[in-house]
Amino acid sequence: MTNTLHRFGDAESFRDDYVVFAIASKGKNDQDALPKLRRFLEIAREYKPVNLGDARHGGALRPSKEMNPMSHWQRDMTPDFDAVIAGLDHPTTCAAVFDDRVKAEDFVKRIREEDLGLSVNISTSIDGAEQCCHYAGIPRHSVGYSLGFEGHTEKLPNDRVMMLSTMCGHGMVSHQLARKMIDWVKEGRRTPAEAVTYMARFCSCGVFNPARAKRVLESVIHQNGQPLTQLQAQSQTNADE
Amino acid sequence: MRINPAKCVACGNCTYVCPMEAIYIDPVLKRATINRDECVECYACFNGLSQEHLNPTMVRTVRNLFKMMRVRFEPEPDVCPTAAFEPDKLEWPRVVRRAFSDPRVPHESTGVEGRGTEEVKTNDVSGRVKVGEVGFTIEFGRPGVGARFYEIQKMSQTLARAGVSFEKKNPVTSLMSDVATGTIREDILNEKVMSAILEIKVPVERTEEVIRLVWDVEKQISTVVALGVGTRCDENGEDNVVAPILERLGYKLERAKTNIGLGRINAVQQKTDAKEVVHA
Repeated sequence: MTNTLHRFGDAESFRDDYVVFAIASKGKNDQDALPKLRRFLEIAREYKPVNLGDARHGGALRPSKEMNPMSHWQRDMTPDFDAVIAGLDHPTTCAAVFDDRVKAEDFVKRIREEDLGLSVNISTSIDGAEQCCHYAGIPRHSVGYSLGFEGHTEKLPNDRVMMLSTMCGHGMVSHQLARKMIDWVKEGRRTPAEAVTYMARFCSCGVFNPARAKRVLESVIHQNGQPLTQLQAQSQTNADE
Repeated sequence: MRINPAKCVACGNCTYVCPMEAIYIDPVLKRATINRDECVECYACFNGLSQEHLNPTMVRTVRNLFKMMRVRFEPEPDVCPTAAFEPDKLEWPRVVRRAFSDPRVPHESTGVEGRGTEEVKTNDVSGRVKVGEVGFTIEFGRPGVGARFYEIQKMSQTLARAGVSFEKKNPVTSLMSDVATGTIREDILNEKVMSAILEIKVPVERTEEVIRLVWDVEKQISTVVALGVGTRCDENGEDNVVAPILERLGYKLERAKTNIGLGRINAVQQKTDAKEVVHA
């Protein structure tokens, strides 16, 4: 499956998008795969991911089949990493999503030291993955390039919608929902942080990146005529100085 | 999938979450309705929407009251207030739709687990794509457009005519009535799916030829294609062979999936593999 490969955006837009996933191949390295995959997730949690997930149960934000009507006013929007780890009951692809290169590098280095024997892949910009490998002292084994979307691309929506919807490579985050969330943020009906959680719940394997999605949504907000993202960058620069 | 009309309150939340835009509010019935021809049975509505179990009559009354006063009730957008979605039993060939669209179910219809194969993700233990080879994943329909098998067949038959062979464990391959010609079984040709992937492997020298074939077929079908190209790196972790070909063809390489080579074949299985080699 290519569910993390074909994310829409240029290399720079993946600066806060590092998906590291582990997988065991049937008949090759699947012996004791379940505890090893659980260990992979436990280690990932130590490095402060923005999402964790497995391909059978989903990510750290999940829909509820018994939602309390009061939730409309006091909904829990905290990602539950413990539930992801506890819920892993079958060897499947497990993923950790980081919004920071240093965290991803440290995690990859640690995973190498743990020597779990699982196949591990990094899905991000080509340079970003190379840097992670270099830091961990690992030469890349194989690489799968995304050549992007072709054919009748006139059927695809605009860049912002694409950046949001393709973060669930299985296609569970619809273009329409992404567009609606952009509109709601523009209209001030929801904050970017709230809008992100609605989309994240649809991702069925936990690779949706809430931090990158929040950044995309913040790019539609302006304050005093300036994009919010620009104001945040200025404020960060001032703080650094 | 079906929407129980006795429960639906036409709130419209589900119309936005359907990746195929197959759900609409029927103006006569005043209920959410699924266009079954466009629905790919991905279950995004059933699995992704949180469910409340409110009394439908009460919800309709409140909504009508608000509507009369031109007041907009703004509930959470990812909720079905009355749990109106009900999965129905899928028969052949419709079951194929779900197999290629709902990522949480194995390919019961095809006998292949998973929606594609592991391609280069486990190349460190499978050795599927070797130095000098290129693995292609040609994916149809994603994101959010969908594809029908007759479109996929145009590509598979073109590739087959060029002498390309298909990955045996791939779900689309398992639905071919004649793998040598890339012909897909006739009874599923009009079925629509969220996405489906053709997987092939060729010597690196054929990379450009395959891409040009893909470009030609893309013009003949009415969906989108996402192309993935996998290769084995050299001992220094470099790829100085395939990337230059792709760049020469005009691709700007931005994102990749990188297998970092930490996979290790389990000891017991290594022994079994060794035995198999002896017997061979």
